[in-house]
Amino acid sequence: MGTLVTEKPQSPAERPPVVNDFSFVAATANGTGSQTANITLLRALFKMGIPVHGKNIFPSNIQGLPTWYHIRVSKDGYVARPSQAEILIAFNVASVHEDIKELPAGGVCIYNSDIKGMPTRDDISMYGISGREFAKYSELKDPKLLSYAANMSYVGVLAQLLDIQLEAIEEALNHQFKGKAKAVIPNMNVVKAAYNYSLANFQKTDPYQVEPMDKTNGLIMLTGNEAAGLGAVFGGASFVAWYPITPSTSLVDAMNDYLPKFRSEADGKKTYAVVQAEDELAAIGMVLGAGWMGARAMTATSGLGISLMSEFAGMSYFAEIPAVIWNIQRIGPSTGLPTRTGQCDITFAYYLGHGDTKNVLLFPSDLKECFEFGSTAFDLAESLQTLILVMSDLDLGMNNWMSEPFDYPKEPLKRGKVLTAEDLSHRANPWGRYLDEDGDGIPYRTLPGTDHPSAAYFARGTGHDEYAKYSEKADVWERNMLRLKRKFDTARKLVPKPVVTQQAGAKVGIIAYGTTKFAIDEARDKLIKRGLPTNFMRLRALPMDDEVKAFVAAHDKSYVIELNRDGQAHGILQQEMPEMATKLISLAHLDGMPLTADWVIEALAQHESFE
Amino acid sequence: MSAARNEKVNALGLGKKDYEGAPTTLCAGCGHNSIANQIVQVAYDINLKAHELIKLSGIGCSSKSPTYFLGRSHGFNSLHGRMPSVATGALMANHHLQAIGVSGDGDTGSIGMGQFKHIVRRNVRMVYIIENNGVYGLTKGQYSATAEEGLTLKKLGKNPFPEINICLEALAAGCGFVARSFAGDFKQVRELLKAALSHRGTAVLDIISPCVTFNDEDHSPKSYKYGKEHELPLHGIDFVPLQEEIIIDSYDPGTSKLVELHDGSKILLRKLEEDYDPTNRAEALERLMRAEEEGEFITGLIYYDASRNNLAETSQIIDTPLAHLSEAQLRPSSDKLQTYMQQLM
Repeated sequence: MGTLVTEKPQSPAERPPVVNDFSFVAATANGTGSQTANITLLRALFKMGIPVHGKNIFPSNIQGLPTWYHIRVSKDGYVARPSQAEILIAFNVASVHEDIKELPAGGVCIYNSDIKGMPTRDDISMYGISGREFAKYSELKDPKLLSYAANMSYVGVLAQLLDIQLEAIEEALNHQFKGKAKAVIPNMNVVKAAYNYSLANFQKTDPYQVEPMDKTNGLIMLTGNEAAGLGAVFGGASFVAWYPITPSTSLVDAMNDYLPKFRSEADGKKTYAVVQAEDELAAIGMVLGAGWMGARAMTATSGLGISLMSEFAGMSYFAEIPAVIWNIQRIGPSTGLPTRTGQCDITFAYYLGHGDTKNVLLFPSDLKECFEFGSTAFDLAESLQTLILVMSDLDLGMNNWMSEPFDYPKEPLKRGKVLTAEDLSHRANPWGRYLDEDGDGIPYRTLPGTDHPSAAYFARGTGHDEYAKYSEKADVWERNMLRLKRKFDTARKLVPKPVVTQQAGAKVGIIAYGTTKFAIDEARDKLIKRGLPTNFMRLRALPMDDEVKAFVAAHDKSYVIELNRDGQAHGILQQEMPEMATKLISLAHLDGMPLTADWVIEALAQHESFE
Repeated sequence: MSAARNEKVNALGLGKKDYEGAPTTLCAGCGHNSIANQIVQVAYDINLKAHELIKLSGIGCSSKSPTYFLGRSHGFNSLHGRMPSVATGALMANHHLQAIGVSGDGDTGSIGMGQFKHIVRRNVRMVYIIENNGVYGLTKGQYSATAEEGLTLKKLGKNPFPEINICLEALAAGCGFVARSFAGDFKQVRELLKAALSHRGTAVLDIISPCVTFNDEDHSPKSYKYGKEHELPLHGIDFVPLQEEIIIDSYDPGTSKLVELHDGSKILLRKLEEDYDPTNRAEALERLMRAEEEGEFITGLIYYDASRNNLAETSQIIDTPLAHLSEAQLRPSSDKLQTYMQQLM
C-alpha cells in the first residue's frame, strides 16, 4: 500500500464526543457507483436504530458531474436538511476545492488519496485512503465494477471512525443487492480492508461517533415515489400512461415493480396496463380516455410535463372526467433545474387550463401521505369527476425517508356517482349527464358499454347543456359554470383536512404544506425554547375550507412558508380571504434546496423578536 | 324494440333510425355527411349493438360528425389532434368495445400527426377515419397539410408545399389496414368500413371527402367532380361476414382474391384493370408513391396484414375490462401489504 497517504494526526482537541447528532456529505462524481455506498451507510445507521435521513443532491447528467449525498444522523429524529455538514467525504477531484471550504472548523475530511493536489486545512481532521488501491480487495475483474467498489473504501473508514457496526453494513449491503452474495462479498471485502487500515493507521482526532439506539424499531425506509407508487397500486390504479421525466420517473418505475407483484392474476394476466406515451400530452389524453371509460387512471410528471398537460387538464375540469396527475415538482421556469426541488407549480396547477379552470390539489408531506393519497386521489377524482393533482416534490419523491409502516386503507374505494343500466331502468326522470340532482354540483355519469338506450352521451370540451348537448346559449353557459363552482365548493369539504399542532401561548401562526414540515417542526422546537411559541397548520389540500380562515383569524399573524419565489400558496390564501390578507405574510425560499430549520428561524427573526 | 311500425328492421329488431344521431350542422352536400350516413347504414347492416361501440373525434368539421351518427353509442369529442391518445386510454380501459374515430386532415395531418403515428404504431384496435378535404373549414378556408403541391384555388392562391399522404404515413408507421376511399363512392366506403370493424388493430381509412364551401373547384383533386371522374379503384370490394360464407362459392381465383380477416370474416377483392396485391407492403408503398407522382386517385384496400398484436394483446391485460374490475381485483389484500412492510424494516 505504498501509495497510501496517511496524515500526521492533528493534535487531539479535547472535545466532548458528539454522539448521533451530526451530518456528513459524500462528494463524488455522478455515475461512479457511489450511490450504493451512500445508501449502504444510510441503511446501516437505520439498522442500528439511529434516526437517519439521506438527501441526494445530484446533477442532471448520466456520468461525470459532481453529486453530493447528505446523511443526517439525529438522535432526536430530525430529518430536515441541516445548514452544514460536519463530515466531508471528498472523493471528487472536480469539487474538492470548494467542498473542503464548506467544512466548519473542527470538521472532518475523509478523502481519496488518489486525488492529486489534495487541498488541506489545519483546523479539521483529515483521513486519506486510496480508493483505487482498496478497490482491489474486491477482487472484481470488470474495470467498471472495480471502480464502483472504490467507494466502499470510504464506507470502511467511516465505519471505523464513527463506530458503525460492520454487521449493520453487511445487512445493508444484503438489502441493497437483494442478498446476492456475488455482489455483497466483494464490496464487503473492501469495507473490511478499509476498516482495518483505518484502525491500524488513523488516530481519531474528531469527536463524532454513533451509538446503537432503538428508535427505528418497526420503521420502514423507502423513497416518496416508491410510497406513492405503492399507494396507487393499493388505491386501485388500473391504467397508467406516462412520459419519462425527472424527478417523477421513479414513481412509475416503482409501479412497474409493484404492479406485477401485487396485481397479476394467477394465470399471469394483468389487472392493469402501463403505457409509455410519446409525450406528456398523449399521456394525459390516455388518462382521460381511460377515466371516461371508468378505469382508475393516472400519470406522473414534473416541470414542463405539467405545462404540456394543461389543455387536457381544462378538459378534465369541464367535461368532468376523473384523472390523477402526480406532479413531482422540480424548479422552473422552462427546463429550469431538473434535479432541484421546489414548490413552484402551486398557482399553475391550481388554475391549470385556460378559461375558468380550477383544480383540486393534494399536498403529501411524508411517506405515509404519499401512500395514503395513492387511494385518496382516485377516490376524489371519481367522487368529484375531475382532475386531482398530487403535488409532491423531488425531495420527498427521490430521497429515502423513515416511516411508520403504512396503514391498510380503512374505507372501500369511492367510485362516485355512476349509473348502471339497471339504475337507468328504474329512474322516474330522464337522466342528464350534467344535471345537478343532489345540489352538490356533482352530476351522475354512465360508463361507455352500458347496455341501455338512454345511457349514451357525448363527452365534449365544447359548451353543453345539462343533457350534454352542444349549446351556445348564454344562460346555459353561465348555469353550467356556476354549477362547476358549486362542485368546487363541495370539494372543500371532501379533501383531506389540514393538520394543526399547537404550542401553549402561541400568537404566531405558521401555514405550510408538503416537505417544508420537517424544517418547520425542528425550527418550532428551537423557537419555543427561545421564547417564540408557534401554532402550525399544515395544509394537505386546496381548495381550502373554513378551518383555514379560523386559524388565520385566531392569530395575530400567520406566516406562509413555501419553496418558490413569489409565495404562491400565500397568494391563493390571500385571494380566498381578502378580509384577512394583511395577516398573511409570505416567507418564500427559492434556491432549489430543501428547507433548513435555520432558514425558518432567520426568516421569522426578520418579523418577530425572540431570544 | 324501438323501430317505428312498418319500418324495416335488422336482426336486432332495430330500424335505421335507431342508429342515427342528431341532425347535421355541416354544410349541405358536405362529404362528411355522406360518410356519417354510410356509418349508420353499416351499423344497421351488421346488427351493431350500439353500446358496444364508442365514437371519438378531435376538433374540426370532421370531428363534429360523430354527433350525427349512432346516437346510442357513447361519444367523446376530444381535443384538436389528440383523439388517438383518448382512444388509446379508453380502449385499454375496455378492450372489448369497438371504436370509430373520426378525424380530419388538419386534425391528423398537422396538429395530430404525432399521436396518429403512435396509435398506429401501438396498433390500438379501432377504425380511424380521416375525412380528408385538404382545407380547414371551421376557420374559413386555409390549406391543410394534405393539399396537393401546386394546387391553386381562387380564394387561397397557390399551395407551395408537398402534400402529406395519410396512407403513406400509416404504412410507414406499421399500420396493418390501410385504405383510401371517396365519400362519393358509397358502396366502397361501406364495404371498407365493415372490413375495418373486423380488423385486429388500427384500421386507417383515408376518405377523400369534398369540402363544398372551400375546396370544390372542379380541377381540385379533392372536389366531387374530380373524384367522380378520376377515381381509380384498385379492385371491387365485398365484405363477407362470418355467417355468410356460403356465397363465397362463386369465388373465382382467376378474377378475385379472398383475404381472410382476423376474426374469420373475409374480403372478396374483385380484380379490375390491374392485378393489385394488398398484402405486399413494398408493393403498397410503391403503388401509393406512383399514384402521387402521376396524380392518380387510387382507392381501395391498399394494405392488409393482421399479424401484429394489438395493444391490449401486447399488454396481456385480463379479459375483464380494466374499467370493470372488482374492488378485490383493484386493491391487494391487507396481508400483502403487511408482508411487504415487514420486508422494508
